[in-house]
Amino acid sequence: MAISFVVNGEKKTVDVPPMSRLLDVLRDDLHLTGTKEGCGEGECGSCSVLMNGELVNSCLVPALQAEGATICTIEGMSKNGEMSPIQKKFLECGAAQCGICTPGMVLAAHHLLQKYPSPTMEQIREGLAGNLCRCTGYQRIFEAVAECGKEQSELIATSGAK
Amino acid sequence: MAPGFKETIVGKSVLRKEGPEKVLGQSRYIDDIEMPEMWHGATVRTRIAHGRVKSITFPSHIPWDEFVVVTAADIPFENYIAHILKDHPCLVDKEIRHPEEPVVLLAHPDKQRLRAAVDAVEIEYEKLTGVFTIEDSERMDPVIWGADNTFKSYLMEKGDVDSVWADAAYIIEGEYRTGAQEQLYIENNGVIAEFSETDGVTVWGSMQCPYYVHHAMMDLFHLPEDKVRIVQVETGGAFGGKEDYPSVLSAHAALLARKAKRPIKMVYDRMEDLAATTKRHPSRTRHKTAVSKDGKLLGGEIEFAIDGGAYATLSAVVLSRGTIHAPGPYFWPAIRVKAKAMATNCPPHGAFRGFGAPQSIFALERHMDHIAKVVGLTPEELRRRNFIKTGQTTATGQTLQDKIDMNEILDQALTEADYHAKRKQFAKENPASAVKRGMGFACFFHGAGFTGSGERYLASIVGLEATAEGKLRVLVSSTEFGQGTNTILSQVAAEALRVEYDDVIVQRPDTNKVPNSGPTVASRTAMVVGKLVHSAALGMIKTLTESGLLREGYTREEFLAACAAHLQKHGALKVLSQYEAPPNIFWDDQTYRGDAYPAYAWAVYVAEAAVDTTTYFSEVKNFVAVQEVGRVLNPVLAKGQIEGGVAQGIGYAIYEKVIWKDGVMANNQMTNYIMATSADVPQIHVHFVEAPFEYGAYGAKGIGELPMDGPAPAILNAIEEATGIAFNECPLMPEDVFEAMTKTAHTEEQPVVTEPAFTGVGPR
Amino acid sequence: MRSNVSEYEMIAPRTLDAVLQTMAAKPGEYLPVAGGTEVMVMLGVGKLAAKKLVSLGAVKELRFIAERADTVTIGSGTTFTDIRKSALIAKEFPLLAQAAGWTGSIANQNRATLGGNMVNASPAADSPPALLAYGAEVEIVSARGARTLPYSEFHKGYKKTALAADELLRSITLPRRFAGYFQRSRKVGTRNAQAISKVAMAFVAKKDGDVVTEIAIGGASLREMPIRCAATERALLGKMLDAATIAAARVALAGEIAPIDDIRSTGKYRVQVIGNILEDFLKELAGS
Repeated sequence: MAISFVVNGEKKTVDVPPMSRLLDVLRDDLHLTGTKEGCGEGECGSCSVLMNGELVNSCLVPALQAEGATICTIEGMSKNGEMSPIQKKFLECGAAQCGICTPGMVLAAHHLLQKYPSPTMEQIREGLAGNLCRCTGYQRIFEAVAECGKEQSELIATSGAK
Repeated sequence: MAPGFKETIVGKSVLRKEGPEKVLGQSRYIDDIEMPEMWHGATVRTRIAHGRVKSITFPSHIPWDEFVVVTAADIPFENYIAHILKDHPCLVDKEIRHPEEPVVLLAHPDKQRLRAAVDAVEIEYEKLTGVFTIEDSERMDPVIWGADNTFKSYLMEKGDVDSVWADAAYIIEGEYRTGAQEQLYIENNGVIAEFSETDGVTVWGSMQCPYYVHHAMMDLFHLPEDKVRIVQVETGGAFGGKEDYPSVLSAHAALLARKAKRPIKMVYDRMEDLAATTKRHPSRTRHKTAVSKDGKLLGGEIEFAIDGGAYATLSAVVLSRGTIHAPGPYFWPAIRVKAKAMATNCPPHGAFRGFGAPQSIFALERHMDHIAKVVGLTPEELRRRNFIKTGQTTATGQTLQDKIDMNEILDQALTEADYHAKRKQFAKENPASAVKRGMGFACFFHGAGFTGSGERYLASIVGLEATAEGKLRVLVSSTEFGQGTNTILSQVAAEALRVEYDDVIVQRPDTNKVPNSGPTVASRTAMVVGKLVHSAALGMIKTLTESGLLREGYTREEFLAACAAHLQKHGALKVLSQYEAPPNIFWDDQTYRGDAYPAYAWAVYVAEAAVDTTTYFSEVKNFVAVQEVGRVLNPVLAKGQIEGGVAQGIGYAIYEKVIWKDGVMANNQMTNYIMATSADVPQIHVHFVEAPFEYGAYGAKGIGELPMDGPAPAILNAIEEATGIAFNECPLMPEDVFEAMTKTAHTEEQPVVTEPAFTGVGPR
Repeated sequence: MRSNVSEYEMIAPRTLDAVLQTMAAKPGEYLPVAGGTEVMVMLGVGKLAAKKLVSLGAVKELRFIAERADTVTIGSGTTFTDIRKSALIAKEFPLLAQAAGWTGSIANQNRATLGGNMVNASPAADSPPALLAYGAEVEIVSARGARTLPYSEFHKGYKKTALAADELLRSITLPRRFAGYFQRSRKVGTRNAQAISKVAMAFVAKKDGDVVTEIAIGGASLREMPIRCAATERALLGKMLDAATIAAARVALAGEIAPIDDIRSTGKYRVQVIGNILEDFLKELAGS
């Protein structure tokens, strides 16, 4: 079945069975391997992508339900290999260790910061609870997200002052 | 080091070497790699724990001619996976010793078609009685391994233990248990293998120890060293779980590749990885301790038993580390540790961060709180009276050279945790509160590097070379799987060579390109491998200086120019460095005496726990980790190591329970094997005390395993303070708390106090 | 991935009518899929029996929160994120908002729907206790027409509902009459987030002095299906909130539930904990 959607700003059409997991379509058909599979049951969040701006587990999205959607994967988070501010903070704060949860975690953090530009620790803890990390104990990730929030709110404050 | 030269790179939180690719999502893990003509492999497993295969049938509704099928009959030589012993078959032929034994391997170009084929294979069995616990195994009914179900036993003795009981004011006994724990790396095990008659075997995979796999492939296919090539690709977490198992998976993929004459990818899904691969050894520890009336340890007897599962794999070495760590950071005038690793019909248990030490330290640190209660001292005071000091001898008879003061570490940890004030506060508030809170702590040490003579036998080698592109390349088989290997080895090389961090690159571990710097285990990479990188760097400077290309007091630019000049002249500049044991370090494998480790890391961890008496749910509310790990090479990475280990330790204590049903993991899904989320882990406060170790790289000792040792006993000690109930098994689940709290008659099951308990006069 | 996706068919009509026509043509042939958070898990573990699926994802008319004078109606295709975002639900049906926050992770809440959660009919589902306590009514539609049913009559057994093979849950209606009521809910899961409940309870009550004048209790993981705890309610209604009543309520509750031993917990634990939670609520109500 031909299914079309926009991935990282580009329109794509794939010919896959309608119940194919969006995860497999991204990885196998579109070769966007930054999206990872950790559990295949929506528990670990490694396959998180943004679909129409909402964080979703791509292992739980049938391809047909992505028809017409706008999807952003980790590959769409950077521009020409330039890290986004969140990615920079992840690197600086030591939020990535083995790196396998990192793409999903970056997208979850992005989604969180869209919702709460300057999130509280409670909001960070809840917002990332669907993304399991076995390496860091989450502390460096909290720091990265909190610092992004701080910078975002400073940015908002200064632009508001203008 | 040149006089006046200041360290600038070591000790700094330089950015993770492979970090940019990781945060950009560009790192390529094994499942991200495709090869031309590649097929996918899958495993047909037994479903009974113990018995024999009577027949294997391939029903006709599957078009088997589309598949490549491998059974034990396809193994060209001996049917075993080389670990320490040769008891572990590559594929089951007749004898089934656990429920996840591989019997048939299948390959097909379409991975979606494999599952139905795996499910279709019919295996007829003859069932035998299984053995599933340490106690079952001890009863030897039936004997499933060797003469007595025992993979390995050790006796470690110091002083005259038998004479201590008569004079003891207290003799205090206890029994402590720990459960299996899954490593739960987020990337499952996976490899791609290729086989060619001319070039031999090549394996790319997610792994910790390329040379372990190299050895296993040489043995399986009777190939010479240069006909086996193992490449570690980016590895999504390991924690010990990718120490021995990749040898099994590589063997399977390589057998399929050999028959299919094409590359084979085998990547487990989560359910298979949870069910079939290794976990932390379950354990049982029994303590019997003689204590003086003023709370001094006079002597002790410790029986330490671990459940090794169906095959020997690494159990002997796990047992060894658990044995040596069993007496903890205390001075024992006399001690006897009897240890054994027992066989059961569970999938083999294996390496997991801490490697036996978390098990025996859990027992000891729970037991110390119990002793304190009996003797009438605070947990703090009891430990202060018994800490081992520099110059005293350990249980193996090692005279402690580390300049260590556990009292100082304890002081700092208790202060950071606000221990005394909170303890008072909770004691006051708990009676009227539905949520009971408590403070607990654990004191412990962890030996860095291989145990005993291990490092001598390994005789690790590292290389350092100058590249045509003007970089310095570190050549090691030590792998990066999140801990920061690439980064810290680059820091050490850059510091030693006096160049920039960015001038150093690390060769991806590939047995065709890197020497054997040993396995990436045992908290040895920074201390041992780092030191070798340092000496290789010094060797390179010497080479360049002696050839007149480099002056003393050189600049970075001069160094790089000298490398280029050397390359121009000689075509290559490569220096190797091999391990030499620090002087005065001796170990006797026979008597189990001597210097068990060249250095130890020391720590005190404090947990604040809360138990809700409505739900019996325990939580860790705050956590303080203070440790002395020698020199901290990269503070951010080091903190990350400690925090990650503590989170795993919290899981070990109160969340992560493997539910066994006749040797099968019944909860083999992430939904049902519960690890802590970001909403469950408290703030973790990490502090380092630095005491550089002369024989480690820039003073570094081990760090990776240490944080796994302390959390579980600290948390259960805190829970005892909160509830007044001594829980002596981890993981401690709400259902266990419920059972204990609702028990009608308050019966203290154990630990028990035996004669002549309370005959002595209390010290206060 | 333990299924072969090429063996599965899926269609995605854009209108409710088209979905109902499909379901009417061969009742039971097509399994409706909303957010997919359950169906795709079953697919992943190789246990999705239905080979034909009809997606509700494109049916916009199922996703709404409609406010009327006396009621609020929620379309079955409303996601848990939609529910959490609704100020109206937060204000008037806080227990439902709370349950929405308990459901899976943020990513799951963005996809999973209220209707899917109800129709999937897991005894451990998060939203049913609140809906039961609020006395929800459900609207069921098919090509044959529409009917309404008290939600307390919707669940018929383990993973069984009142839906006929050609029927679809269209909406859930809640009466707007709980201002000033004492409302509490609690879930005991395996951890603080992204957990399946060991037990859960939603509790809505009113009292006059020390006498309970109105009470509704919904529970999860207490029986083979989500339940309204009718016997417990009877033990409380019109009674003084004293120790004897609380004890009697605990006995009544223990008598009408039958929680199981499974890999997540034990029946004994569940009986005790749900009793403790009930007691906590009752004591708090007494003191309120």
